[in-house]
Amino acid sequence: MKLLTHNMLTSTVKGVVNGFPLRIEVEKTLEKQVDFSADFLRNLFYKVDWKALVEAAQTMGYAELPEEAPDSTVLESEDFLKKFHYALLELHLEEGNLVCPETGRKFPVTKGIPNMLLHEDEV
Amino acid sequence: MSSKIARIDLVSSHPEVYEPCDDSFALVDALLSDRTNLLDFHPRLCMEVGCGSGYVITSLALMLGQETTGVHYIATDINPHALQVTSETLKAHGVHAELIQADIASGLEKRMAGLVDVIVVNPPYVPTPEDEVGQEGIASTWAGGENGRRVIDRILPVADRLLSHKGWLYMLFLTSNNPSEICLQMKDKGFSARIIVQRATEEENLLVIKFWRDSPVQADTNGMVTTTKTEPFMAMGSLGSLFSRLSFWRSDNSSC
Repeated sequence: MKLLTHNMLTSTVKGVVNGFPLRIEVEKTLEKQVDFSADFLRNLFYKVDWKALVEAAQTMGYAELPEEAPDSTVLESEDFLKKFHYALLELHLEEGNLVCPETGRKFPVTKGIPNMLLHEDEV
Repeated sequence: MSSKIARIDLVSSHPEVYEPCDDSFALVDALLSDRTNLLDFHPRLCMEVGCGSGYVITSLALMLGQETTGVHYIATDINPHALQVTSETLKAHGVHAELIQADIASGLEKRMAGLVDVIVVNPPYVPTPEDEVGQEGIASTWAGGENGRRVIDRILPVADRLLSHKGWLYMLFLTSNNPSEICLQMKDKGFSARIIVQRATEEENLLVIKFWRDSPVQADTNGMVTTTKTEPFMAMGSLGSLFSRLSFWRSDNSSC
């Protein structure tokens, strides 16, 4: 699971208000090379929740992203785009859990696949 | 042409996962016939709901990914075995999609709303008793309840929410799902529709319908209102007459 995907996932357990971002419990991470596309990254920049991405990357052991949400001028910086690319697309959570920030409910990630299914009493 | 879609001999399998069949082939053929438009459209985020064996999402990734970069693929399924099989199928073809075990798009609907450019769905469309819907295992891949619409009717509003302002939806139906009614419902949500593929097999009449947001002001951005060379443009009125022709055809062949 890429951190881009993590950035898109919310907990939908009954009663949860925001359910975002899901806290990551890491058991195993992987790096997978992905073709670099500056255009794609510039497009995504406006859709990603920056704080959630930075925290997720830090949890995964990558602390190179600026803490504060940068303004769009960074999109001209190749150095920035490469870091953004790595954190968003190349760093994978292979095994672990995604934890609902409000209920503590754990969504397991197995072989890189998060299980977002809810039990009947959680819907 | 063969390199542009998934190879059947490289598609993985599992006893509880639906194998590529006529419906899967019809859906991939529909994507292939619309491939030029898809390449012009240049989608960023493509999604399959209910990926099963992975044949369709792998084919889509091969079709679009070879000539463009910066396309991201996501596939969901409720069945964990399907996701495992899809993962193997993708890997065997050297392409990647993010896989999520979800009920349609559970967990994604909030943050991914309005971000998906292309959604493809081969839903459980077979008319069955209501209590067969959503059972665990292989039955969930086809059991569609009354008129086969139980799951289809849950997917459509989710697709509406997830699709971007210029988003496209490709969905497979049986004529017995009453697709003309579905098209009218989608029209109320602002979508136009066109039949991309229609195919009669021994058992069923399959249709792949493409829906796109009908926003005339955006019409120049992605060729939504242009017609393809192979497919005549179907306005809503002609869809209706086509469906009546199909049902007429079906009654002619009721011995099947």
